[in-house]
Amino acid sequence: MEERTDNPGSHSSPIIRIRDLVFRRGRNTILDGVSMDIQRGSIVAFMGPSGVGKTTILRLISGQLKPDEGTIEVNGHLVSGMSDRELHDFRRNIGVLLQDGALFTDLTVFENIATPLREHTKLPEPLVRRLVMSKLSAVGLGGIEDRMPHELSGGMARRVAFARAVVLDPAIMLYDEPMTGLDPIAVSTVRTLMRETNDALGLTSIVVTHNVTQMSQLVDYCYILASAKIAGEGSPEKLSSSSQPSVDQFMNGKVEGPIPFHYQTPGVPWGLLD
Amino acid sequence: MAGTGNYSSMLTRPVAQSGQCLLFLLRMISGIRFSTAQILSVLQQIYLIGARSLVIIMICGFFVGMVLSLQAINALEQFGASDQVSLLVGKSLFRELGPVLTALLFAGRAGTSVTAEIGLMKATNQIEAMELMAIDPIRTIALPRFMAGMISVPLLTAMFNALAILGSVVFSIGVMDLDAGIFWSKLQSGVYFYKDFVGGMWKSLVFGGLVSLVAVFFGYTAKPTGAGVGTATTNTVVLSSVLILVFDFIMTSFFI
Repeated sequence: MEERTDNPGSHSSPIIRIRDLVFRRGRNTILDGVSMDIQRGSIVAFMGPSGVGKTTILRLISGQLKPDEGTIEVNGHLVSGMSDRELHDFRRNIGVLLQDGALFTDLTVFENIATPLREHTKLPEPLVRRLVMSKLSAVGLGGIEDRMPHELSGGMARRVAFARAVVLDPAIMLYDEPMTGLDPIAVSTVRTLMRETNDALGLTSIVVTHNVTQMSQLVDYCYILASAKIAGEGSPEKLSSSSQPSVDQFMNGKVEGPIPFHYQTPGVPWGLLD
Repeated sequence: MAGTGNYSSMLTRPVAQSGQCLLFLLRMISGIRFSTAQILSVLQQIYLIGARSLVIIMICGFFVGMVLSLQAINALEQFGASDQVSLLVGKSLFRELGPVLTALLFAGRAGTSVTAEIGLMKATNQIEAMELMAIDPIRTIALPRFMAGMISVPLLTAMFNALAILGSVVFSIGVMDLDAGIFWSKLQSGVYFYKDFVGGMWKSLVFGGLVSLVAVFFGYTAKPTGAGVGTATTNTVVLSSVLILVFDFIMTSFFI
C-alpha cells in the first residue's frame, strides 16, 4: 500500500518530523505507522477521503491528542513529552485556522483578532490596536473592525479568522479545510493569502483538505492518506499522474478502487440477513 | 445508552460526573487572577446574566408578595390576627421563598442561556479554537459566567425580597386596609436582620454557585450537536432545581 518517494529539499532539516505514528480510537486504528518529514518554509497538504484521520494528524501535531505509538517532533522538541506549561508556550507558535473559522461570536472582529495578543502579550493598547488594524488590512478587510461575526459573509469571516491566526506571527500554520463552503472568488483570495503569508513570513503551513483541484495550485508537497496509512506522497503534479491505485482513485475521484465503498467489510450484506 | 442493559452505568455515571464537576470547579478556581481583564469580563457577565434577569425577578417578587399576603391574611383572620401579616410574609420570604424562588427563576432564565451559549460555542469549534490558541477556555469562558452568577443571585434575591415586601404593602395596606404603622412595626420588631435576612442571603450565595456551576459544566460538557446542546440545557434546569431544593433543606437544618 505504501509508496515511499524521495522527500523534497532533504538538504535542510525538517521542522516537523513524524515517525511511526499510531493512533487508535477505541478499536479503530485511525493512523497506522505514519512517518513524514515536513520541510521548513513549505506548504504541505494532507489529503484523503473524509474520516481518514487527516484532522487527527493536525490535533496530534498541536498536542491536543497524544499518539499511542511513535513520535512527533516539532523543531526538535517531542510534542507528546511536553508538560502543560511547555505545550502552552508551544501553541503560541502555532496558528490554527479551523473549519468555518470558529470566530468568537460574542466578540467584535477587532476583539477577536486582539484576543491572542491580550492573552499572550502585555502590549499597550495603542500597539494592540495598530497590530490588529495592520493584520486586518493585510487580509483586505480594513474598516470592518467593529462588526460582529454574524454580520460577515463566509469569505470575510474566514479572512478574519486568518488574521487572528497569524496575529502572533506563528512559525507554523495549521489549516483544517480552509476553503470549505466558500465561493470561488473567496477560495482564490484565501489561497493567495495562504501562499503570500507563508512566503513573506517564512512560515511552514500544513493544510488538511479533500479538495484536489483547490490544493494542487497551492501546495508544494502532498501526502495522501488512505486506510490509516500514507498511500502516496509527492508534488501535486507527480501525484496526479501516479499509477498507484489508491492515489489514482482519490486524485481522479473514482468510485471503484482500493478505497472501499462499504464502510464495513463487504461480503456479508449487513442487516439484510436479520 | 443504546439499550445495552448496562444498569451499573446508571449508578456510576452520576458519580463520575460529580467528580468531573468538582474538578471543573477546582480548575475554575485556579484560574482566578484578579486581573483588570478578568474583572471587566465578570462585570460584563453580571450585566448579561444578572441585570437582564432583573425584570422577571421583580415582577415575580411583586406577585409572590401579594399572594403571600392574601393567603396569610385569609389564614390569620380566623384567629383575628391579620395584623401579624407582615411578620409571616417577612419571615417566610427572607428565609425561604426569596432565595429559593430567585434561584429557581435564575436557573430558568440565566442558567439555560449560559449552558446553551457555551454548548453552542463548543458546537461551532470556538472552544477548540481557544485551546489551540493556548487560551484556557475554562478561565476565559466558564469562570466569568460562574462568578457573575454567584454574585448576581444574592443581589437578585435582595431585589426579589424588596419587591415582595412592596407587593405585600400594596395588598395588605392598599387593598385590605390594614394599618400601615402596625405592618411596618411588626416587620421591624419580628424579623431579624442577621438571623432571617442575612441567613437567606448565605443560602442564595450557595444557590447562585450551584446553578452557575451546573450551567457552565453542562454547557462545557455538552455534546457539540444541536440535540446535545438541547439536552444539556434541559439538564441544567432539572439538576439545578433539584439541587436548590436539596441544599435548601440541608442548609436550613444545619445552619439556620
